Amino acid sequence: MELTNENVLGKIISEFGEENIWDALNPDGIMTITTNRESIHELIKYLRDDEELQISFLTTMCGIHFPDHKDKEMCMMYQLHSLRHNYRIRIKVFMPASDPVMPTMTDLYATANWMEREAFDFYGFIFTGHPNLTRILNIEEMEYHPMLKQYPLEDQTREDKINTYFGR
Amino acid sequence: MATENKKAELTDLEQFRLDHGLALKEEPQLTTLNLGPTHPATHGIFQNILQMDGEKIMDAVPTIGYIHRAFEKIAERRPFYQITPLTDRMNYCSSPINNMGYHMTVEKLLGITIPKRAQYIRVIMMELARISDHLICNSILGVDSGAFTGFLYVMQEREHIYDIYEEVCGARLTTNMGRIGGMERDLSPKALHLIDEFLKRFPKVWAEFEKMLTRNRIFIDRTTDVGAISAERALSYGFTGPNLRATGVDYDVRVMNPYSSYEDFEFEIPVGSKGDTYDRFLVRNEEVWQSLKIIEQAYKNLPEGSYHADAPHYYLPPKQEVYRNMEALIYHFKIVMGEIDAPVGEVYHSVEGGNGELGFYLVSDGGRTPYRLHFRRPCFIYYQAYTEMIKGGQLADAILTLSSLNVIAGELDA
Repeated sequence: MELTNENVLGKIISEFGEENIWDALNPDGIMTITTNRESIHELIKYLRDDEELQISFLTTMCGIHFPDHKDKEMCMMYQLHSLRHNYRIRIKVFMPASDPVMPTMTDLYATANWMEREAFDFYGFIFTGHPNLTRILNIEEMEYHPMLKQYPLEDQTREDKINTYFGR
Repeated sequence: MATENKKAELTDLEQFRLDHGLALKEEPQLTTLNLGPTHPATHGIFQNILQMDGEKIMDAVPTIGYIHRAFEKIAERRPFYQITPLTDRMNYCSSPINNMGYHMTVEKLLGITIPKRAQYIRVIMMELARISDHLICNSILGVDSGAFTGFLYVMQEREHIYDIYEEVCGARLTTNMGRIGGMERDLSPKALHLIDEFLKRFPKVWAEFEKMLTRNRIFIDRTTDVGAISAERALSYGFTGPNLRATGVDYDVRVMNPYSSYEDFEFEIPVGSKGDTYDRFLVRNEEVWQSLKIIEQAYKNLPEGSYHADAPHYYLPPKQEVYRNMEALIYHFKIVMGEIDAPVGEVYHSVEGGNGELGFYLVSDGGRTPYRLHFRRPCFIYYQAYTEMIKGGQLADAILTLSSLNVIAGELDA
């Protein structure tokens, strides 16, 4: 079966229902769907194990922070790839910043281990069931999650660098 | 009675141990060994805390992040064109591939089409970078197994590749090559001459290097079945590039999702079967030949035309125009000051880097900087399999496995 955005979306919706899959977009040729925390683990397992789809390669995953979206501040993006059909799909899960808890994918993909540690390190996502959820690139003693938008890049107390001079 | 019976079954050694108050069975004594962070054999800054039973590795705990430079955070505050130098410093053995991959991602977001000539020039530079990357990896593998000469011999050729970079972009290691929208200048006659010379000279050098190691009894014995991984585990660990192909999976981004006119060229994807160090060595060797083939084709069929896209909003005008032409001055000022607004959108673009699928995930909110730029760094993703690959092996084999995986610290830590 040739995988297209339409038939993959149809299959996913018939399996998980309209209430769990929404916002199907196609920003750059890769279909992007949004789901909830309850369905994400089942969804990725289904995509991996389904005979027709075989979307069984976790290309990458990363966190995104949208401080202006009320109750949907934190976003986790999974990108999967079917090497057999050369078909890519992107799945997003939004959650409030006060409760960034996700199920772990380490039982499905060994590679999720460090990717989830990276997301924890930089965004503070908590992955329930992760075998070793510790910081990976930053020092252990760090007390914040540096990729969150409330932490500006440069020292804000500096007075010698004025933004307008730098076109910002 | 029971104790007497038990005593009768004891061997001499056990009797000796019993008499001297020692435990009957010897507990395995594990030694903790710090491999790294700085060690000449790790070729980069990574630490592995090994639990050793004699020479055998029982467990390993890798620590990474020693040269983490927060590129993803820095990228959120820089104009698009200032992010290219950051990508140089990821896989510094093949900087042009990172540069071009990033340029292509932004071009995808902006919707710019690049003329054929620029695409071909990019292909030539990317394949030269792949050769220099594989050349380092394979010759270092020779050094780690005791053959130093080949390394110095092929290093000369890397110098010649760097001379070509220098002629094309002015820099040698961290190249910052090309621009969003094409190349910064056309290939000069000297650059073409250097590429031509390289194509004539390099096959002989590489054939000689191959002759030294490929059928070398010592090298084969040292590398066969060392650090092997099965295709299933490799896919689960997210392996890509030569390390995945060594296990027998023919996944290559250049063929599966062709970019920059790769569909125009004829080349083969070498695959291995066992996924051990020797297979990885062979796959890289063969990829060098295939890269040469691609460069030859691109060099012979280099199309006429412009070396950059007609996109004045994003591509810097020629300097002499800036002083004469009002529009050029405005565009120049706006681009240099980073006042170019990118459209809203999100794109993912991946290229076949030296070590595998190098992906760029870019989210733009319509501002002057990326809202979020995530690098899919192949090294970071496959290095987590290292523990599994070296467990139960010898310490010297762990060094060889590390070299053959071609883990580059800059890409690992970003």
